Amino acid sequence: MSEQFEPLIIGYTCNWCSYRAADLAGTSRQKYAPNIRLIRLMCSGRFSPEFVLKAFAGGADGVMITGCHPGECHYIEQNLKAMRRFTLLRSTLKQMGIEPERFKLVWASAAEGIHLAQEIDKMVEQVRALGPLKLPVLAGVNGDTAAVPIHPAHVEEVEA
Amino acid sequence: MSKKAKPKLAMYWAASCGGCEIAVLNIHEKLLVVDEIFDVVFWPVAVDFKYDDVRNFPDGHIDLCLFNGAIRSSENEEIAQLLRQKSKVLVAFGSCAYEGCIPALANLTSKNAIFDTVFQGSLSTSNPEGVIPQTETTVPEGELHIPEFYPAVRSLDQVVNVDYTIPGCPPEPHQIWAVLEAVVAALTQGAELPPAGSVIGAGDLAVCDECELEQDEKQIERFYRPYEVVPEAGKCLLDQGLVCLGAATRSGCGALCPQVGIGCRGCYGPMEGVEDQGARILSALASVISVGEPSDSEAELEKILEEAIETIADPAGTFYRFSMAKAILPRAIVSVNGSKGADE
Amino acid sequence: MKRISIDPITRLEGHAKIEILLDEGGNVDNTYFQVPELRGFEQFCVGRPAEEMPRITNRICGVCPEAHHMASTKTLDALFGIEPTSAVKKIREMFYCSFYVTDHTTHFYALGGPDFVMGPEAPPAERNILGVIHKVGVETGKQVIACRQRNHHLIQVLGGRGVHPVAGIPGGWSRAISEDERKEFLEIAKQNVDFATFSLKLFDEIVLSNSDYVDLILSNAYTQQIYYMGTVDENNLVNFYDGKIRVVDPDGDEFVKYEAKDYAEHIEEHVEPWTYLKFPYLKNVGWKGFVGGKDSGVYAATPLSRLNASKGMATPLAQEYFERMYTILGSKKINGTYQPIHHTLAAHWARLIELLYAAERMQELLEDEEICDPNVRPIVQNTPTEGIGSVEAPRGTLTHHYRTDEKGILTMVNLIVGTTNNYAPISMSINSAARELIKAGTVVTEGLLNKIEMAFRSYDPCFGCATHSLPGQMPLKVYVRDHEGELVDVLSQFC
Repeated sequence: MSEQFEPLIIGYTCNWCSYRAADLAGTSRQKYAPNIRLIRLMCSGRFSPEFVLKAFAGGADGVMITGCHPGECHYIEQNLKAMRRFTLLRSTLKQMGIEPERFKLVWASAAEGIHLAQEIDKMVEQVRALGPLKLPVLAGVNGDTAAVPIHPAHVEEVEA
Repeated sequence: MSKKAKPKLAMYWAASCGGCEIAVLNIHEKLLVVDEIFDVVFWPVAVDFKYDDVRNFPDGHIDLCLFNGAIRSSENEEIAQLLRQKSKVLVAFGSCAYEGCIPALANLTSKNAIFDTVFQGSLSTSNPEGVIPQTETTVPEGELHIPEFYPAVRSLDQVVNVDYTIPGCPPEPHQIWAVLEAVVAALTQGAELPPAGSVIGAGDLAVCDECELEQDEKQIERFYRPYEVVPEAGKCLLDQGLVCLGAATRSGCGALCPQVGIGCRGCYGPMEGVEDQGARILSALASVISVGEPSDSEAELEKILEEAIETIADPAGTFYRFSMAKAILPRAIVSVNGSKGADE
Repeated sequence: MKRISIDPITRLEGHAKIEILLDEGGNVDNTYFQVPELRGFEQFCVGRPAEEMPRITNRICGVCPEAHHMASTKTLDALFGIEPTSAVKKIREMFYCSFYVTDHTTHFYALGGPDFVMGPEAPPAERNILGVIHKVGVETGKQVIACRQRNHHLIQVLGGRGVHPVAGIPGGWSRAISEDERKEFLEIAKQNVDFATFSLKLFDEIVLSNSDYVDLILSNAYTQQIYYMGTVDENNLVNFYDGKIRVVDPDGDEFVKYEAKDYAEHIEEHVEPWTYLKFPYLKNVGWKGFVGGKDSGVYAATPLSRLNASKGMATPLAQEYFERMYTILGSKKINGTYQPIHHTLAAHWARLIELLYAAERMQELLEDEEICDPNVRPIVQNTPTEGIGSVEAPRGTLTHHYRTDEKGILTMVNLIVGTTNNYAPISMSINSAARELIKAGTVVTEGLLNKIEMAFRSYDPCFGCATHSLPGQMPLKVYVRDHEGELVDVLSQFC
């Protein structure tokens, strides 16, 4: 049996709605792909572009931001901030050669466990079809990369 | 002071434009003071020392080396390592050495694409035999060698340890003089130098703090290209929808570009503690867009926001105009023959 | 087979090296002037917004960023289909002339000049700006610094920054000139004129009254007959900012006069595998190798070329000096036009004449109050497609060519840069100087090698140039190897 590519997705998930949705999926025994690693934020508006960039630099094949529906944000409208940042970051990533399918924004209320699970599964399959994200490194002589990390600060963090 | 006692100064350019050299010259009459104090032992633009002379210096022979230019080729890297070995204090001078600067925009494309365009695709180039420059060429009279063009552009501290950094494209002359004065004070009066690894010759705040334009509450519905509007004099450019990176750029230049009605593009690099300047300005610009209400439908919201965001032209090339080599993602994925991935 | 490497060559901007390969008899077999640099602007600018180009292409050269800024701004005029007003043109041309004054000053006094003022084989420790100052006096040195200072001040005030100006926009300039500024700048222009005539007198005293130097200028080592290119106005007089590009053949007859937009019909570039820089040549004559004459497409674009390709200077004092130079160097006047001067070292003289013209022209423009028009920043409404613009960079005709999509994002960039025009003739000048100076049995000294380097310095090669040259030791080491690469001799001279 050939080895199927298993994408690694990082999911930045807001505490109030979408994290609870994921929780709900769990308690309802609603399966969703194990490829996603959830990281809880207090609000989708907490996400900074660096979170996404570091996820990709660190080996993620896709990144998902999840939050409350517009109009339902626990902090009134910070999910709109997330949406603005997401939209601009997605255009920027496209210029970096990272396909839009690898970066998604999903709204899910606390009651929408099934919806969230379905979105996760859908994204995993889309990224699987795209294949692993192959980021080029800053190479030196003879393509030697040993002495030159992708980004010195980042490498330190990963090793810690 | 006898010649032997004079501290030794070197200045070198890697993949650069020469603007840093001119910026040093633009300290004007203070150059004569520099000349009195230092012995210039290596400065190819101005003095006839050759690489072999540097190779013959004892290690640490150079007291202060100002290294500008990015690392684009094997020669740039070789000389960076050589000068590190021969210098007590090595300074990354200017944006290219600090963070890649304009040459690092090449990290958004690839070596293959560059060679293809320059040597074959260029509409004024006639090259029917598809000649491409080679690191080694045999000609009737012998062998000729040119350096290897690396797949990506790197900063100086990505190849050697750097003691200090002076940001700017180029660093402003008054800042250059301030640094030289501090070095002279350290050498002659034992004054303390800043902690190793510091950014010097620049401020601790953002360009906005130096800017004389009047700032207001930022509520921007869309951005404009610089030729689409005539900005009102005396008012913040970003307030008027003109992209300006001052809010995410280290102070020190005096906010020169906004004074002539042109938005900052970030050449003084990121602020203290920030690793990825482009990500910061992306966040800042996205945050000041004021369209879309929570009560809008999701489809409407998407449409309104996309329209507003689309008014920012070339986000990657604008946000990372000077800092690609230091970005968290320092190179773009460039597809080759339809397949994705690096082409080297 | 012996090899002499000069690496890196110095007192120019950028990186390059000269390989001199000798045959068994000790005569020069061939020389190669190699450029080890490439950054790839023509590719990495694709995807950028066109209006950013004036300040991206600035960084092609930090010594002449104003040239790229201006060529790029003019290209945007064409790209967006917007004709600048007469006031805008005056502001730009005046700004550009101020830049010419400071740039040509720096080259003469610090880069190429020391070879002349001090002598080609003067001790290396003296052959730099400080040696020049000692010879001509501290007062003159202060004048040189003051000239650079006042013009860079103007560049910063009007252009935004002293190095890498930002004010060029399609159809306009981002800021206007106030009446107070006009008066201040006019004073700068007048001081520039005085300084220029002073520099020309200095050239007379130090160079032209020295018969050895005159012999050097006229010698075969530094003479070649090729085509010459420069931009001229409607009267065929030299203009740096705008006009048509005129090329004359080695006999001085007009070969072609074209508009910038048609450059691709006249210029083509040749590639060699041993260097990263390409060799432009006249397309309609063809690439015949590194040879001169009417049948070879090799051409030069230097201050001397501009004067050769024109019928004179458009300002009175500069025209006087123009006629004087051609007369003294023995050029015949045929049908009212002087024959071209083929002595490449005369470019140093031509450069000073251009300095004077730039100063006079700057003064003319500033005496016209129209330059204070406050409406210099138009709003552009046309959809961009394609544009070509050119100026005379101090080091040669500079052409920018852009294509964009309908949103003004670049899809194609092509550049023919100042010094690049001169790559073939520089290579040939190095070759002829080496062949004349190194023969079987010649003792190769540091001064002799400097005389070979002088062959490129008169072109004031680009990537930026002339900056002050600080004194210090000027050691030169030359490694002489036999055909097996064994070290045979090491020549070095430390002062």
